[in-house]
Amino acid sequence: MKKNQYPILKLGMTRGLIGFVIGMLLGQALVHVIRLIMRLPFNGTLDAVWVVGGLFATIGFMYGVGALDAWIKSALGEEVTDHPEDDPSWPSWVRYFSFSVDHKVIGIQYAITSFLLLSVAGLFALVFRVELVQQGLQIFKTGDEYNTFMSLHGIVMIGAILLGIGAMTNYLAPLLIGASDMAFPRINGFAYWINVPAAVLLLSSLFLGGVNTGWVAYPPLSVRAPLGMQMFFLGVYLIGISSIMGGINVIVSVVYMRAKGMTYFRMPIFVWTALATAIISTTATQLIGLSFQMVMFQRMLGMGFFDPAKGGNPILYQHLFWFYSHPAVYVFILPGLGIISELLPVFSRKPLFGYRWVAMSSLGIALVGFFVWAHHMFTSGMEEYLRVPFMYSTLLVAVPTGVKFFSWVATIWKGKLDLSTPMLFALGGVAIFLVGGLSGPPNGTVATDLHLHDTYYIVGHFHATMFGGFIFPFMAALYYWFPKITGKMYNERLGKVQFWLLFPAFYVQSFGQMFAGLLGMRRRVADYPGMSQLNTPHLLVTIAAFVIGLSVLILFYNLWVSAVKGAPAPLNPWRSRSPEWMLPSPTPVHNFRDQPFEVVGEPYDYGLAGSKYYVEIPVHGDAGTPAAGAAVGAD
Amino acid sequence: MKHVIGVVLVIALLTVGGLFVLTPANLLPVQASAQAVFIDQLFSYQFYVISFLFALIMGLMIYSVIVFRRKPGDMEDAQHIEGNTPLELAWTGIPLVIVVIFAIIGSNTLASVLRPDPKALEIKVTGRQWAWTFEYPEYGVSSDKLVLPVNKQALLLITSDDVLHAFWVPEFRVKQDAVPGAINQLRITPTKERKFKLMCAEICGRDHTFMVADVQVVKEEAFKEFIENSKVPTDPIARGEYWYRTQGCKACHNTDGAAGGVGPTYKGLYGSQVELEDGSLVFADELYMKESIINPNAKLVKGYGATGKSAMPGNFGNSLTPEQINEIIGWIETLK
Repeated sequence: MKKNQYPILKLGMTRGLIGFVIGMLLGQALVHVIRLIMRLPFNGTLDAVWVVGGLFATIGFMYGVGALDAWIKSALGEEVTDHPEDDPSWPSWVRYFSFSVDHKVIGIQYAITSFLLLSVAGLFALVFRVELVQQGLQIFKTGDEYNTFMSLHGIVMIGAILLGIGAMTNYLAPLLIGASDMAFPRINGFAYWINVPAAVLLLSSLFLGGVNTGWVAYPPLSVRAPLGMQMFFLGVYLIGISSIMGGINVIVSVVYMRAKGMTYFRMPIFVWTALATAIISTTATQLIGLSFQMVMFQRMLGMGFFDPAKGGNPILYQHLFWFYSHPAVYVFILPGLGIISELLPVFSRKPLFGYRWVAMSSLGIALVGFFVWAHHMFTSGMEEYLRVPFMYSTLLVAVPTGVKFFSWVATIWKGKLDLSTPMLFALGGVAIFLVGGLSGPPNGTVATDLHLHDTYYIVGHFHATMFGGFIFPFMAALYYWFPKITGKMYNERLGKVQFWLLFPAFYVQSFGQMFAGLLGMRRRVADYPGMSQLNTPHLLVTIAAFVIGLSVLILFYNLWVSAVKGAPAPLNPWRSRSPEWMLPSPTPVHNFRDQPFEVVGEPYDYGLAGSKYYVEIPVHGDAGTPAAGAAVGAD
Repeated sequence: MKHVIGVVLVIALLTVGGLFVLTPANLLPVQASAQAVFIDQLFSYQFYVISFLFALIMGLMIYSVIVFRRKPGDMEDAQHIEGNTPLELAWTGIPLVIVVIFAIIGSNTLASVLRPDPKALEIKVTGRQWAWTFEYPEYGVSSDKLVLPVNKQALLLITSDDVLHAFWVPEFRVKQDAVPGAINQLRITPTKERKFKLMCAEICGRDHTFMVADVQVVKEEAFKEFIENSKVPTDPIARGEYWYRTQGCKACHNTDGAAGGVGPTYKGLYGSQVELEDGSLVFADELYMKESIINPNAKLVKGYGATGKSAMPGNFGNSLTPEQINEIIGWIETLK
């Protein structure tokens, strides 16, 4: 029984939250003290108090959770262990609530936090979907209450998706390239934990007056918005820092820590998408951070970046914002598309059709993605001549995306398809991403976008890309690697039930939204007075949203029950060629340290007699020798 | 070969189904402007291609899922096909050509939509939280309702007094943001004589949903009549009411005494005791009203300032002349 008596105060999470509260109080007090000393009059807003408080709270949290320990120790000249082992006397759940440097623990931390935020954001959506069933205002008293729920649904979902991406890249990338961990394990832990205060700050905006701008937070509206807006900016800013750190880690790990013999074109295809994603996160995230910071400064310090009366320009914000936020869309979907490419060959028993083309298409999408941002601004009033070149670049995205679709279909063509739950989700992801992809060109073409912009058609379009490119593949990955993560099998029947609820419901939701949008349903409105043609689409979308919610509950139930008392999983349940399946499940802390391997063939040569992807390298007695894929260094 | 014929049949079937569903006439609102004709034509081209591509991928997938299922107990791998370079080149090259063609058609359509008529009727459109006003500079009149002569191009010069808004009448198809500090152009040639609703399409805060205005497309004679009736009145009291309607006050303040608006009602306001957020009482005289128009945060009326800030834009001191403000107050005094 000793194992269960872990002191709750020793838990990193508890200490972090205590640090958060202390930091918040210190930061707020500091601003008040400075005001008193400088005899500044109270200017009517608490913006600065809460922002400085939030910053100090974040530092307090990171200190409390232990993310700064090693750096502080090394600054003081004390000895620091590179990759400290967990204390074996701890119960195993403790490591998930504490600072860890094991990429698998971090991956699971990301995944669980992601699901928590997805659920919160999903609940927000269900609330305002009920509001939209009928004309008139029923649940919300004012438009701003609706705006708060709608805005937070959007931005919390985006945070949740970024965390989900973190989950997939952190858990999978080192395992798939044969590394023992990420290149910078401590940065990895830091990058995860900073999301926790970020999420707390982001959600606190609900209680600090709300947010009434939608997730894009365009000034001048966001300059006039309530205090909650600052917490929104600060929260996203911190998630952005996490995203940049995570991206650097992935790039360095993939470049330096691949197993012996694993050339770039022999990497599992998911790693290509993780790399493309990481390149985008490390180079574009700064722009959204900057644009949010500029609005924060405009609010707190009166700097007129986006205020025409002070020589500023509201359109400038939109350029900065979309320079990240469009490529970010590819951050959200590329790893998911990688999962689809990874799973289809395994469940079709056929090689991935045109591996190199699929790999290059990810880089192609990432590259073209940098040159399309202004298609979000076709009606904004930016220089008119800019609209045509951005239309060309936007439509160009269809080419590498098309390569992916055709290669997927060619992969399953004449295969031997096993329709287990992960495969169903992968195929479902393709079928839904197709809706998202094909509904894109009318938005990308200026003339038709003049009608579609800021309508439910756009809402339908991007929900389809997010579900097809992230939600479905994320769930596919969860089912597929569940035996690897837990050593247990999930319940196949419940998995299929979930799929057959989620898939049709999503089609109804997506088509319902697009249909309403074409007919004239605006985005971000609490009501549609006098538009009776929209009653039925809205009712259907709401019913579909609740079915989606139900299917997610089934997923949670399945994962929970299976993790606790599922049947033990075989070593390689999917007969995959990928190296992670040679290790015992759950995977030992240092992955391949005691079982290195050399890549000798192609990853997806299913059906080629006698071919091997890798051979194991025999290990000689001395276990202390750093083997292939050891961490390249301390950070 | 058997499989090829099978899948082609599935694809053909799905394409026909898609074309049946995706017809612009079923999906789009009434077509009521000359610009909408070009846009709807482009929509229909896009819908053809979307129907086909959707059917192509879904057809191949549905066929594969049904026909290429693994037999129970079959542990063999499938045929080892790694790729096919000519095929890859084809499905990179052909979409590229289609994309360029569509970009060219798209550019031409845009050019048609933007084509200016030198004799266009200029109208200044101003959005503010949460109302639209329309000025006809040629005739020196303002209105809270957009009246357009049929079959004559209107050149809308769109701007905003506060935050971003967007001008959109779904039946006209085209949309344009209203940006403070900038004037954006939009050309519309209405073709149907009827009423429409102008809706703000860019989120602008609390009452964004309800930021709508009436649009009326009429014959030339009726338009002349509208202009005559919309001239600035000579009577100062009537002028106050005119500014109330055309300068944005009407969006938030009613005159029928009903509670629950964005701002307090004007009915019976003058000479009344107003309770403020801090519980104190003020006498609503001319000075109080003037201060509240120019600096809405100075005195927050109970029930309208719980957040510590007024919902009213703070720039009426700039957008209205002192005479206009006095005339509005003079008119409010008559609302018993």
